[in-house]
Amino acid sequence: MYHAILFLPLIACVIAGFFGRWIGDRGAQLVTSGAVVTSALLSMVAFNQVALGHAPLTVPLFDWIVSGDFAVSWAIRVDTLTAVMLVVVNGVSALVHIYSIGYMSHDLHIPRFQAYLSLFTFAMLMLVTADNFLQLFFGWEGVGLASYLLIGFWYHKPSANAAAIKAFLVNRVGDFGFALGIAAIFFVFGTVSYDEVFAAAPEQVGKNFEFLGQNLDVLTTICILLFIGAMGKSAQLGLHTWLPDAMEGPTPVSALIHAATMVTAGVFMVVRCSPLFEYSPTALMVVTFVGASTAFFAATIGLVQNDIKRVIAYSTCSQLGYMFFAAGVGAYGAAMFHLFTHAFFKALLFLGAGSVIHAMSDEQDMRNMGGIYKFIPLTYILMWIGSLALAGVPFFAGYYSKDMIIEAAYAAGSGMGQYAFVLGIAAAFMTAFYSWRLLFMTFHGESRATEEVLSHVHESPKVMTVPLIILAAGAIGAGFLFSGSFIGDGRAEFWGNAIFVLGDHDIIEAAHHVPLWVKVLPIFMGASGIGLAWWFYIRRPDIPGAIANAHREAYLFLLNKWYFDELYDMIFVRPAKRLGYFLWKDGDGRVIDGFGPDGISAAVQGLTRRVVRLQSGYIYHYAFAMLIGVAALASWFIAGGGGH
Amino acid sequence: MEIGLTHYLTVAALLFALGIFGIFVNRKNVIIILMSVELMLLAVNINLVAFSTALGDMVGQVFAMFVLTVAAAEAAIGLAILVVYYRNRGSIEVEDIHLMKG
Repeated sequence: MYHAILFLPLIACVIAGFFGRWIGDRGAQLVTSGAVVTSALLSMVAFNQVALGHAPLTVPLFDWIVSGDFAVSWAIRVDTLTAVMLVVVNGVSALVHIYSIGYMSHDLHIPRFQAYLSLFTFAMLMLVTADNFLQLFFGWEGVGLASYLLIGFWYHKPSANAAAIKAFLVNRVGDFGFALGIAAIFFVFGTVSYDEVFAAAPEQVGKNFEFLGQNLDVLTTICILLFIGAMGKSAQLGLHTWLPDAMEGPTPVSALIHAATMVTAGVFMVVRCSPLFEYSPTALMVVTFVGASTAFFAATIGLVQNDIKRVIAYSTCSQLGYMFFAAGVGAYGAAMFHLFTHAFFKALLFLGAGSVIHAMSDEQDMRNMGGIYKFIPLTYILMWIGSLALAGVPFFAGYYSKDMIIEAAYAAGSGMGQYAFVLGIAAAFMTAFYSWRLLFMTFHGESRATEEVLSHVHESPKVMTVPLIILAAGAIGAGFLFSGSFIGDGRAEFWGNAIFVLGDHDIIEAAHHVPLWVKVLPIFMGASGIGLAWWFYIRRPDIPGAIANAHREAYLFLLNKWYFDELYDMIFVRPAKRLGYFLWKDGDGRVIDGFGPDGISAAVQGLTRRVVRLQSGYIYHYAFAMLIGVAALASWFIAGGGGH
Repeated sequence: MEIGLTHYLTVAALLFALGIFGIFVNRKNVIIILMSVELMLLAVNINLVAFSTALGDMVGQVFAMFVLTVAAAEAAIGLAILVVYYRNRGSIEVEDIHLMKG
């Protein structure tokens, strides 16, 4: 069964990718969707057996690398953590596969698209079922590749190509840290297998080693290097710039990869490595700091964006920040729980946005929408559900997970915990504000769309709305149903050995006993955010413009995303371009080509140009040369040079 | 006056030089070059026969017979090539024949 979960998407990818021409669009859609849906159903069985039945297991496949002391094998490791990820990945992936049948129906390259989606699913499954760090790295790079292919799926759009390359390059920075981290693990522990590394971790506490000429704490260095990888993949502050640009890809891709699954790989990895992180308070502080800062920073940008997908993208970035600081304060269960619920409502929001874009004839700018709730009521309701869950309105999924994270940050009691708590509360307010800003600008008020677009607005077909309804059910019920096992009384039994927490460090228990005002504050902030959005965009639509004009600099600062792209352009891109230009023109063109191939060929040509003049073509010239030669030879011979 | 080896060799050398100048000085016709080549061969033949008589060795005269045969065959082939060349290019002027010019 575990083999089927893992390899069905790969088989489907091969069939749709290589034989798409023969089986046709419909065939490719059926094969990939069928395989992933089967895989998703099996994942639920696995979840039931492993997570709810508390029976973690490892299925060895075969050896991969055996070289001296270095041995790596392929294996499927299924514990509660993996089982949760299996359900999330395969569940969302299956729905996105089905949704894509409708969304991509006008596209010319359907088999390629479906094959890429399945390839992504396979790589992500390899990532979550890994039994050692190298297999994790394989999946890690595999999802990066699939993400690159899917962002650049519309390869005729220059912006899509640029976004794909940007995503790949920014991820390279993170992966560099990640690869160094894995190398450091092998250097220190002599193995990359999870079990052996985690078992040996306590012995390394307090030890130092030489790294980059510095004497550093072993575990802190390893954890921070691994976390740099997570920052790249999960778009945390500093390495987040690729995520908003990745929205150039088709919307189902944004929902699957850049909201629900791939970007959460970093969170998954940090939680998976909890036995390492727990021993390094410094690394946990870094995780908390980066996570909390990202949650706040991305939310501020989300406030002013006008592209419907970019708003949701920054929201994703912000929610990932929540997950990280939850892990940073030690509430790994809460981080995974938020990952789990977030997958439902964020995929719902993205696919809902896709439905809106589809209905509005590919319009993405919210300034050209408005007042369309009458035409697409189902999408409207589903977007409401997604936003309610995102804002953490009581009894929707996000309420359980997000409140728990904020309470955990408060309960951590440390300075960094307070920092995360304050920023988390502020971000919760902004989350509610921009979610309802999105709803009001898109669905309410006067329509700002052209007559022609309005005449085409239509509800999406069933193949698109049914997956949305399933996700909406998750966005409503996932928190309520699973909070008991993920973060409630059953959590110790539920997680088993998958998550490691140092003895006196049970933050979740402390979080259940925070003062009442801490529990109520996020709800209050969410409600006031919604109220403010209503006041700004329904009651007094003139206010936002007035504020933007009054605080022009602040508005532009947010609209331009804190000038991160411009800063990176100045610090990294332009010097790199200048260096590249220099190496191209002077290094390669003038030196290597000048003295190398071009130089030699020019010398040979110059020489032959002179030699060629000897070849007059007249026989008597040749005969003359022969004669001179014979005469010279004869004279030499007679003069005794050649004699004895 | 006794006609000795020196006389024969002088005639042969004159004939040979004549052949060489025939090749270089002539700017008109390829046939003349062909004739000049024949002349040079004859000069060599005279040398062979003269040395043969002077040394009393008949092998030299046998060689002369062979050279004559080969020269005849060569003349036939050379003329045949010229005919074909004329058909193809419409001229056998020495000045026009420079297809191998680099």
